[in-house]
Amino acid sequence: MKARLLSLLTLTLTLAVVLTAWSQSAAQSTGTAAQRDEIPDDAQLAHASGGVIYRHICQACHMADAEGAVGAGHIPALAADARLASAQYMAAIVVNGRGDMPAFGPRPDYTGLQAMNHVTLSDAQIAAVINFVRSHFGNHYRDRITPAEVKAVQLRTASNADDEDLSLMAGK
Amino acid sequence: MIGLAAGGAAMYQAMSALGFAQGTQVNGELPLGEAPRGASVLILGAGLAGMTAAYELRRAGYAVQVLEYNDRPGGRNWSLRGGDRYTELGGATQECRFDPGLYLNPGPWRIPYHHSNLLAYCKRLGVRLEPFIQINYNSYLHSLEAFGGRPQRYRCIDADYRGLVSELLAKAVNQQALDAPLSHEDREKLLESLRDTGALDAAYRYVQGNVSSDVRGYAKDPGGGLSGKPVPSQPIEAHQLLESGLWQTLGSAYDQQYLFQTTLFQPVGGMGRIGEAFGRALEGLIRYQARVTRIHQDARGVTAYYEDLHRPGTTLQARADWCLCTIPLSVLHQIPMNVGRPMAEAIAAVPYAPAVKIGLQFKRRFWEQDEAIYGGTTYTDQAIFSISYPCCDYFSDGKGVVLGAYTFGEPALELTAMSPAQRVREAVRQGALIHPQYPEEFDNGIAVAWNRVPFIMGCYGMWSDAVRKRHYDNLCRIDGRIALAGEHASYLSAWQEGAITSALDAITRLARRAHAEADA
Repeated sequence: MKARLLSLLTLTLTLAVVLTAWSQSAAQSTGTAAQRDEIPDDAQLAHASGGVIYRHICQACHMADAEGAVGAGHIPALAADARLASAQYMAAIVVNGRGDMPAFGPRPDYTGLQAMNHVTLSDAQIAAVINFVRSHFGNHYRDRITPAEVKAVQLRTASNADDEDLSLMAGK
Repeated sequence: MIGLAAGGAAMYQAMSALGFAQGTQVNGELPLGEAPRGASVLILGAGLAGMTAAYELRRAGYAVQVLEYNDRPGGRNWSLRGGDRYTELGGATQECRFDPGLYLNPGPWRIPYHHSNLLAYCKRLGVRLEPFIQINYNSYLHSLEAFGGRPQRYRCIDADYRGLVSELLAKAVNQQALDAPLSHEDREKLLESLRDTGALDAAYRYVQGNVSSDVRGYAKDPGGGLSGKPVPSQPIEAHQLLESGLWQTLGSAYDQQYLFQTTLFQPVGGMGRIGEAFGRALEGLIRYQARVTRIHQDARGVTAYYEDLHRPGTTLQARADWCLCTIPLSVLHQIPMNVGRPMAEAIAAVPYAPAVKIGLQFKRRFWEQDEAIYGGTTYTDQAIFSISYPCCDYFSDGKGVVLGAYTFGEPALELTAMSPAQRVREAVRQGALIHPQYPEEFDNGIAVAWNRVPFIMGCYGMWSDAVRKRHYDNLCRIDGRIALAGEHASYLSAWQEGAITSALDAITRLARRAHAEADA
């Protein structure tokens, strides 16, 4: 297990390096640096802008224009979204997940393949990406959430995280 | 007794464990009985769970109908072949341009020998199977940092790691440094075993020589005549081996887990052959391109409201006495359905995992021709995570398709966030660091990112022990007239056998209810 986790850390770290190199070369060759931020390396990742995090993580489901998508079910749009009026609400969902959307806060209960599949963002990263989404894609919220406030959401969840609360963590 | 107390699948599993049912057809053992007169079941989803249920319930005499979102049977049991078009969420459409006979399995791609129910259905449905190669000792382990980025053969890392550990342990035994309560005789036996399993020499050292080369391979293989003298290879120095981190693939035991132990199988022509065979067997029962929008049960039956995707905006209804719903939880949690709170909370409690698979067609099978790699998988610390080589048509001329990426977690999200063409380019760029032939030989590719697959929006249901403890039984228990099935309702997350056994278990319980109601 330890080996698996170690290997994951290496994987993530290396990925960041590789993608940096790749996006740089892609940007150079196409001259469209603005379309795709460079992925920072591990040290920089902690201070990555919300835009970088959105484009490399959230965009996978919510799409480049934050319009979501519709198939058998739907991926919620975040563009011009009245529900984002509360940054706290958004933080709770990013930290804890909701329905099929995975949690991006710490989930020590995941082991094995689940641990491998779980992506943990730091408080600072979550705050940055929330602030980015709430000020882009037709959202014009002026207030900002801080990493400390994200942490508070996290702690609130963790302090009740006996199994009573797991349904809440994952609930609709 | 077991048959009465538990579901049919449980009984079959118990019988397998006792050695009675091995290699026999499962279905004969399923205690569904004969359907009560006029009893009907509505099945939502024509994946392996739904089609297993339809197959068995029809055999037992139930009136069965199946609604399916896609225009094909199988669900995640799926192969993309030349000429197929695939449109992902967000609208990007890819056309598969593989040569005839070549394919990508975007979802499941291997069947362990102990997934006996799935194997039994393959036999029954006439799906031909061939060996799937999990471990290839001649494939590579690769890290961008270690060994200057040069890939190492799996057999070398595996042998050297075991050799190193065996040598150190033998040293400890010889120095009486183990505080285990071993008799003199135990120690002798342990030393002998370490020499055997670690490829140590007579002095318990793991060193260059024929003994270690018999495991890790030679610098020059033994041959015949005067030129046939072998040259042993040089084991990797201990510090370099440990620092490389390449043992992590061995240490993760991924390849050696029960699920991945030899023998594994794959259907000839692609995993999708199973879904296609089920679909033919159930001809006429499945209504395709039906998007379920609401599920409602009352005292006498269950109604599913659905949109006919041929005629967008239309709402049609299907009704039966009972409903087996195999819609993935990622979609089901968005569909209004009047079940009790325990099941509703369970449905909303399971997030779906990301995963990406990328198929790359090359102009020739250079991995075989240049590198003697026949099937199996190379692992790397790059985002693509792995490269798997086709386990069929060895030595054939012409083109071949490699699984150029199968990756999870954050790297999967990163790749998903790209356009399909970008993903393919990235897989080629990363793979070229392992196989320099890539750029020259690359022909075309196709990328499936599961978070953007329209019928599921994720790869499989991610359970933790804590979430399972709270919600799993509630997910599986029948609520009124509705039962759920699928890999998400199994302890075999993401495996087809989980989908099938969950369906067998659920319909056994549903049939019991149907009988109880008919007898009342």
